[in-house]
Amino acid sequence: MEKYLFWVMAVTALLSGLGMVMARNAVHSALMLVVNFFALAVFYVLLGAHFLAAVQIIVYAGAIMVLFLFVIMLMGVQREEPADEPIRFQRPLALLAGGALGGLLVFVIRTSFGLARFAEQAGSSSAGNAQGIGRALFTSYLFPFEVTSILLIVAAIGVVVIGRREPESEEPAAPAPASSEPGGGP
Amino acid sequence: MSLAWVLTLGALLFSLGIYGVLARRNAVLVLMGIELMLNAVNVNLIAFDAWIRQGNATGQIFALFIITVAAAEVGVGLAIVLLVFRRRETINVDEVNLLKW
Repeated sequence: MEKYLFWVMAVTALLSGLGMVMARNAVHSALMLVVNFFALAVFYVLLGAHFLAAVQIIVYAGAIMVLFLFVIMLMGVQREEPADEPIRFQRPLALLAGGALGGLLVFVIRTSFGLARFAEQAGSSSAGNAQGIGRALFTSYLFPFEVTSILLIVAAIGVVVIGRREPESEEPAAPAPASSEPGGGP
Repeated sequence: MSLAWVLTLGALLFSLGIYGVLARRNAVLVLMGIELMLNAVNVNLIAFDAWIRQGNATGQIFALFIITVAAAEVGVGLAIVLLVFRRRETINVDEVNLLKW
C-alpha cells in the first residue's frame, strides 16, 4: 500500500511539475502547482512528518497559491508570452541547464545511496509529531523562531511600503487609499 | 520506499524548477519556479529527517523555516511584480530593465 502510494504520488508530482513549467496559461500553471503541493503533502505523511503535511496544505496550497492566483487575476489572464526570444536559444539552453543539473544529481544519488529502504514506520519517533516539533521549536530553536517572526514583520512592512501608491503620481487630492496589495506572509 | 527514490524525486523537481526559472518570461511564473525549487529542498530535508530518526525533528524544523522564508519571499516578490506592472504595463522579465544603463 505504502509503496504504491509512493509511486502514484511521485508520478503525480513530476507530471504536475512538468505541466506547471509547460502550461501556456498562467492560471493552469498555478493549479498544476497546487496539485504538486498536495502530492508532496502526501509524501510528508508517508515520511512521518504529519505536521508539515498540514502546514504544506494550509500555508502553501491555501495561502501562497491564493496569493499567486490573486496577482495573476489582477494582471489579466489573457497575457501570452511573446514568441520571439530576445536571448537566442533561451529555451534549449534552459533545458540543457535543468537537464544537466538533474542528470548530475540523479547520478550522484544513484552512485552514493544505493537502494537502502526506510525503517518500518519511518519518522515520528516520538509520540505525536506536532508535539515533538513544538518542543524542539520552543527549546532548541527558540532564537531562530523569533528571528523568523522578525523576518515576517519586515516582509509585511516591505510589501506595504512597496505597494503604496504615491499620492503625487495621480490625483493629489486622494489621500492615498489602501492599495489592493496582498499582505506578506501567511 | 527507499531513500534514493525520494532524493531522486527531489532532484527532478528541483531541475524542473530550474528550467521554469530560466525559460519562462512571465515574472509570476518565475516566482512559481522558485517555489517548486524550495519544495524540492523540503522533500530532501524531510526525507533525511525520516532517515536518521534522531528524535528532535531537526529536518522538519528546517523545512518549517524554509516554508516561512518562502512565504515572505512570495509576498515581497509579488508586490514588486505588481509595482512593475503598474509602472510599465508588463510583467515580461525581458522588458524590465530599470536597473540597466
